[in-house]
Amino acid sequence: MVTTWLVVGVSFAYLGLLFAIAFYGDKRAEMGGSLAANPYIYTLSIAVFCTSWTFYGSVGLAAQSGLDFLPIYLGPTLVFILWSFIWIKIIRICKVNRITSIADFISARYGKSTALGGLVAIIAVLGTMPYISLQLKSIATSFTLLLNYPSVAPGLEAGGPFAFDTTLVVALALAVFAILFGTRHIDPSEHHDGMVAAIAFESVVKLCAFLAVGLFVTYGIHNGFTDLFEKAAAIPELSQNLVVGGEGGYGRWITMILLSMAAIICLPRQFHITVVENVDESHMRKAVWLFPLYLLVINIFVLPIALSGKMLFSGGQADADMFVLTLPIVHDQMALALFAFIGGLSAATSMVIVAAIALSTMVCNNLVMPLLIHRGRVHVREGGDVSRLLLIIRRTSILLIMLLGYGYFRIASESYSLVTIGLVSFAAAAQFAPAIIGGIFWTGAARRGAMVGLALGFLAWCYTLLLPSFAQSGWLPISFIEQGPWEIGLLKPYALFGLEGFDQLSHALFWSMLLNIGSYVIISLLTHQSPLERIQGTLFVDVFKHTEGRTGSHYWEGTVTVADLEELVSRFVGSARAQKAFEEFARRNDTVFKRGQVADSGLMNYAEKLLAGAIGSATARVMIGSIVKGEIVGIDEVYRIIDETSQAIEYSKKLEQKSIELEDTTRQLQRANDRLKELDALKDDFLSTISHELRTPLTSIRAFSEILSDNPNVPDEERHHFLSVIAKDSERLTRLIDQILDLAKMEAGRMQWTVEDVDPAIVVRDTMTLMDGLLQDKNVDLILDLPENLPMVRVDRDKFMQVLINLVSNAVKFCGQPEGRIAVTLAVVETGLQVTVQDNGKGVPAANRDRIFDKFHRSPGESNKAPHGTGLGLAICRQIITFFGGRIWVEEGDLGGAAFSFSIPVSRNEMAA
Amino acid sequence: MSHSVLVVEDEPNIVLSLQFIMKQAGFAVRVAEDGDKAVREVTRKVPDIVLLDIMLPKTDGFTVCETIKSDPRCKKVKIIMLSAKSRDADREKALALGADDFITKPFSTRELGDRVRQLLGLTTDSAQAS
Repeated sequence: MVTTWLVVGVSFAYLGLLFAIAFYGDKRAEMGGSLAANPYIYTLSIAVFCTSWTFYGSVGLAAQSGLDFLPIYLGPTLVFILWSFIWIKIIRICKVNRITSIADFISARYGKSTALGGLVAIIAVLGTMPYISLQLKSIATSFTLLLNYPSVAPGLEAGGPFAFDTTLVVALALAVFAILFGTRHIDPSEHHDGMVAAIAFESVVKLCAFLAVGLFVTYGIHNGFTDLFEKAAAIPELSQNLVVGGEGGYGRWITMILLSMAAIICLPRQFHITVVENVDESHMRKAVWLFPLYLLVINIFVLPIALSGKMLFSGGQADADMFVLTLPIVHDQMALALFAFIGGLSAATSMVIVAAIALSTMVCNNLVMPLLIHRGRVHVREGGDVSRLLLIIRRTSILLIMLLGYGYFRIASESYSLVTIGLVSFAAAAQFAPAIIGGIFWTGAARRGAMVGLALGFLAWCYTLLLPSFAQSGWLPISFIEQGPWEIGLLKPYALFGLEGFDQLSHALFWSMLLNIGSYVIISLLTHQSPLERIQGTLFVDVFKHTEGRTGSHYWEGTVTVADLEELVSRFVGSARAQKAFEEFARRNDTVFKRGQVADSGLMNYAEKLLAGAIGSATARVMIGSIVKGEIVGIDEVYRIIDETSQAIEYSKKLEQKSIELEDTTRQLQRANDRLKELDALKDDFLSTISHELRTPLTSIRAFSEILSDNPNVPDEERHHFLSVIAKDSERLTRLIDQILDLAKMEAGRMQWTVEDVDPAIVVRDTMTLMDGLLQDKNVDLILDLPENLPMVRVDRDKFMQVLINLVSNAVKFCGQPEGRIAVTLAVVETGLQVTVQDNGKGVPAANRDRIFDKFHRSPGESNKAPHGTGLGLAICRQIITFFGGRIWVEEGDLGGAAFSFSIPVSRNEMAA
Repeated sequence: MSHSVLVVEDEPNIVLSLQFIMKQAGFAVRVAEDGDKAVREVTRKVPDIVLLDIMLPKTDGFTVCETIKSDPRCKKVKIIMLSAKSRDADREKALALGADDFITKPFSTRELGDRVRQLLGLTTDSAQAS
């Protein structure tokens, strides 16, 4: 009889020993003699892969289906022997980027995405849940078995009504143990030297225990392998266990090999122990052959034990999963049974400890901290030691993870064998494989692809493996499996969309991987990577190129003092560690930091890496960014800027277009404004000039009126002269007013025009007849040149005549004296009909030739004595000619004086004719 | 002794009327049709008063006014600016440049006479008497 206290005592003594080893390991590490810095210890710690599943479950599976237990070990063996470069690459990436978990890895790879990190953490926790329950189940079962010594009856019920409580106690005990191991303090590097040493020790213990049982079975019960296998071969039922391809055939083997290959990389605890806890890449060179060797050795006796158990308990008196324990028990080998129990305990605890640490790191860094920071619960700038908060979060998550495992055990594990439960976890972990493997080889892999792929793969896993396991144990109606939800046959979780003929695992893997890889690849191909994704992608894929010279994806360009940095880091990792880390950095760089000194980018990167170890790379970046004053200019930032720029280019092109238009408009406005000002000034001038022009005749009219009125005695001759002045100036006034009104009408477009086809020769002749009197008076010679067959012009006859009269009057006014001569010439030119009126006067100086058509323009040289015009005549002429569609100008004429010409288009009818 | 007046005006009809009025008032009248001529006439023989148009050919009335006022020999010369420009700005400018009075065209001949006499300190009667 084995007393409870003996078993419990031995168990706790063993755990105490483990703790002592861990403690010693930590102490050694602090003193610089790390136990983990040893390739053998490193390799042994990787053997955490072999859990209760291996220790108990493999035998169980072998007993049921022979060699089917093997692919689970062939996969990892292949990965280590053939693809160790994957490990080296991942390890290098993690070291360079201070990545501390699989969630951190995937998050960092895909643009430091917080959401992705959180998703991975959730999948990892839920996916590991069955695995932990498997360990709890094995410990509880083996514990109960041992208590019932020497009975070997299967099932937990054998242990009586306390069986479930045993499992809960085991769960809580393991939680405490994991908390003590993994979360005594926050280590910036997430290296747990002591734990690694303890795990390595456990690997030795479980291997020895298993070998001891194997040797006992093979050589104690039987006479060696030959004897045992011959006996088994004699039993037909057992002989088929010795060949490959039992139930599922080769297909299942391939599935299992692929699955285990993915699992050895993607299981959170394997990632943690192999990658995060790795202190030297070269250790992998040992692990490459040593780990497969370990797997080989621990599997040597699986078949012998299974066969032996089957032969012994051919009636199924004992649970095949527990043959390792029950065989010594039935042969009354109490010490060996106890050793086997301890071996099983080793296998289970090592898995639980590492998984709990790895998962709690993820939950803390990738789930809880981002949420707290996002919600503003953790303020970076405020004081306070966050490392305590981190520890609390991690400890709580460990406890919750263990309780989840326990919960799953209560819900589902009872009805499954150890291996089946383990495979559910494998399938969950395998969901990470596309994102990880794709992430380190394919720069084009995009965050959205990874996100959607993971989410869909995980949902498929839940639907085809997790939920059915609940249904199997009665927590969901069994019809969920048999008829599908809502009796929709296509949704049957084991035959989704009518896919049948696969075993449950292969079926689940098919759908989850199809969805996962499919959406990962397609969405990656379709979506546009953010620059941070692109730079992270390049850093991951080309990690070996990037890490030769430097170790950082970016440089901090802002300023922050050494003291600020150290304070920030110490708040997350504790001040002693922070101080030590900073001192070490200083020593390594052969320098001394003064506290007030501005930290260089190297130290900032170092601090970021330290923080990344404690709170994840994405969060660390935010933390450092929040205390660094000034802009952050890093390669990724530059890429981001470039990307934003490139996105902005389109926009900016449009904007540029707009701004050009705007500038144009502004210029136009400016011009319009200038024009307005000009016009305003012109209007002012115009009004002032009109006023002047009106007042001048008015002045003389009034003056002479008053003179005549006040001086009745003015001589007749003078009186007549005065009266004629009054009359002339009144006329002038009237004419001026008429012209001003005319001009105003024309300018405002309100002039009435009677446009018709007019024969220019007739108009010119009529005009000259009208002007004949004036010409005679002034004794001016007229030369009229009117060619035959002139084309008709389409004009207002009266206005046309007005222009002619005006020009001829001017010519008469300014022509040479005493022999005045003017010439009126009509000619057909390219632009239509051209009329020229010239005189033999002084002409118009070139400088004034444009302005002469302005209103009230008066040439400076104009003699006072010359009879004054209104100053509007030429302006009106220009308005009229412009209205006719022609132009008017002045130049030097053949007669030596001014030559005023205008051209007007000929009538359309004329052109058609 | 009769007072002398220089009429600076380019508009012949207005010159004619001013000539008549000033002669009637007993002044010795001289005429300048543009600004340059006006300055020459003033320096040739300093008049008692100048009737000065603003818009003149060559040199404008403002400049003429300024020139006369800045000439020490012409200290006593009174200037009345006659302008068809009625804007306040012109009046202010004229006064600022030293003009003694500003009359807008068209003007009342009687008022013009009054202003001239007033400036020269002559009573209506004495002016008429001389």
